[in-house]
Amino acid sequence: MKILCCISHVPDTTARIQFTADGKALDRTGITFIVNPYDDFALARAAELKEKNPNGVKVTVLAVGKNGTQSTDSVDANLRKALALGLDEAVRIDAEPVDAFFVAHQIAAYAKDKGFDLILFGKESIDYNGAQVPGMVAAFLNLPFVSYATSIEIQDGQAHLTREITGGKERLTCALPLVLSAQKGLAEWRIPNVRGIMQAKTKPFQVVSPVSVTPRVRTLRHEPPPPKGTFKKIDPENIQELVQELANKGLI
Amino acid sequence: MSAVAVWVEISEGRLKKPTLETLTAARQWADSENLPVVAIALGADFPPNLTATLGEYGADSVIRLKGPQLEPLVNSVYARALAQLMRERQFSYLLLPQTYDGRAVAPLVAVWADGALLSGVTQPPQREGSTLRARRIAYSNKAIEWIATEHLPVIATLRLNSIVPAKNARTPTEEELAYTPMPEDLRLKPVGVEKVATDKVPLTEAEIVVSGGRGLKGPENWGIIEELAKALGAATACSKPVADVGWRPHHEHVGQTGIQISPNLYIAIGISGAIQHLAGVASSKNIVVINSDPEAPFFKVADYGIVGDAFQVVPRLTEAIRKYKEQHAH
Repeated sequence: MKILCCISHVPDTTARIQFTADGKALDRTGITFIVNPYDDFALARAAELKEKNPNGVKVTVLAVGKNGTQSTDSVDANLRKALALGLDEAVRIDAEPVDAFFVAHQIAAYAKDKGFDLILFGKESIDYNGAQVPGMVAAFLNLPFVSYATSIEIQDGQAHLTREITGGKERLTCALPLVLSAQKGLAEWRIPNVRGIMQAKTKPFQVVSPVSVTPRVRTLRHEPPPPKGTFKKIDPENIQELVQELANKGLI
Repeated sequence: MSAVAVWVEISEGRLKKPTLETLTAARQWADSENLPVVAIALGADFPPNLTATLGEYGADSVIRLKGPQLEPLVNSVYARALAQLMRERQFSYLLLPQTYDGRAVAPLVAVWADGALLSGVTQPPQREGSTLRARRIAYSNKAIEWIATEHLPVIATLRLNSIVPAKNARTPTEEELAYTPMPEDLRLKPVGVEKVATDKVPLTEAEIVVSGGRGLKGPENWGIIEELAKALGAATACSKPVADVGWRPHHEHVGQTGIQISPNLYIAIGISGAIQHLAGVASSKNIVVINSDPEAPFFKVADYGIVGDAFQVVPRLTEAIRKYKEQHAH
């Protein structure tokens, strides 16, 4: 079984977000970039499947991006971290990820003739939370798409899955190949061990040129969120005041 | 016919709030460009007053695609049908709610209708000449991003709880067509659904959310959260550490790696307000923070703050809300 696991490169969850003077791009100074946390669920599940059947499963990890100027902003380093979970090879498509259409197009172009049985993503990336790329890749490749997947088991080429839906979970079956976006629950996050980290250094690592495609959506600018004023302090002995405030705003 | 098309999500035979929000936004969008609103519903069967209700919220016409294989929803089936309609009727725009299924269907439609996708917009996009501009939330509530496209058609998803549903009555025309999915779109096979806590409002759609954190000291103390939620008609949520140690189920976890919500009122009890938690809730319209630590970072984004012991404050608040509601019940 061939698995493709796509990861994105995002600012650390605790990073202070600032933008360049024109507001068009993220100011990357001093920010540590990590593997998108939802992609970690996909990587962990891929590692579990590999562990169960080391010779029968091959996992390729892929990212679309260029390495930044700082060591904390290296797509290659994050791909190596992913490899350290025991996965087989890494591919970086050497292009700035301009919009979701562009990124999905690159991934689909790479995956098209490689015969992957399973293409895994995180459900969304924590920078733009767009949840666009996995579905677009499925549509480009005309493969079934399971969104917000919380489990996948594979038996005889048939996948048994659950996905999150409004107010519950749905059980599904699907013959491989398929595209899946991972929600929490798909697998437990893993931390690479020293042996994995050592081995990752010598695993196959390919840098691929992008195909030509015109992005469709561009960023005009970023703004800070509307500022919050100081909050109104309510005396715990005078809780009625809070009730009145909420009532005045029509909230209760 | 150029139009703003809307995918009408029917869930358990009902039109829920996200659909009404989407219709309201579509009406505003259509008015700004002098276009009609076309509501598109897919299903095996439709609620009795569907067309009339869609008209109340501003639909000029309703297209009902009907077929036994349209339930339960399979994203590829819905997306293929929507993309086909967009092409045949030359709709410029399609708006979907940013629900679980809206988010899964939208990118497929975008590719198959050869469109541009604007994901998670907080208001109807605005046209300026050949450019369509839209606003969305980026970096988990740490920024607002303005995006633009010159491409047509445009597929957009509307962030939940961004628009207040408003009536704008008209008498829509109705068209019902039979739809048979392509076999390749039925490769994914739903086999069953497990619902959780059916008596509660889903967290993503709730107008009021009461949330508890480590400050509550243990799962046995969640009664005060449940009671307050009950008094308010609210959904309950929790912070990540609480879900991680198993005090509360994972589906209640709100935050950067949990569910992201933007209710009208978020009441945080015993939650310090770590940056990852705030990322999931900071776009709530009103935030009440109850915490015994006056230095808790959550107070920085609060609208109302109470420094005090949750075990005393919360029951008192519940009681005061019950009394208020009794006095003001019609």
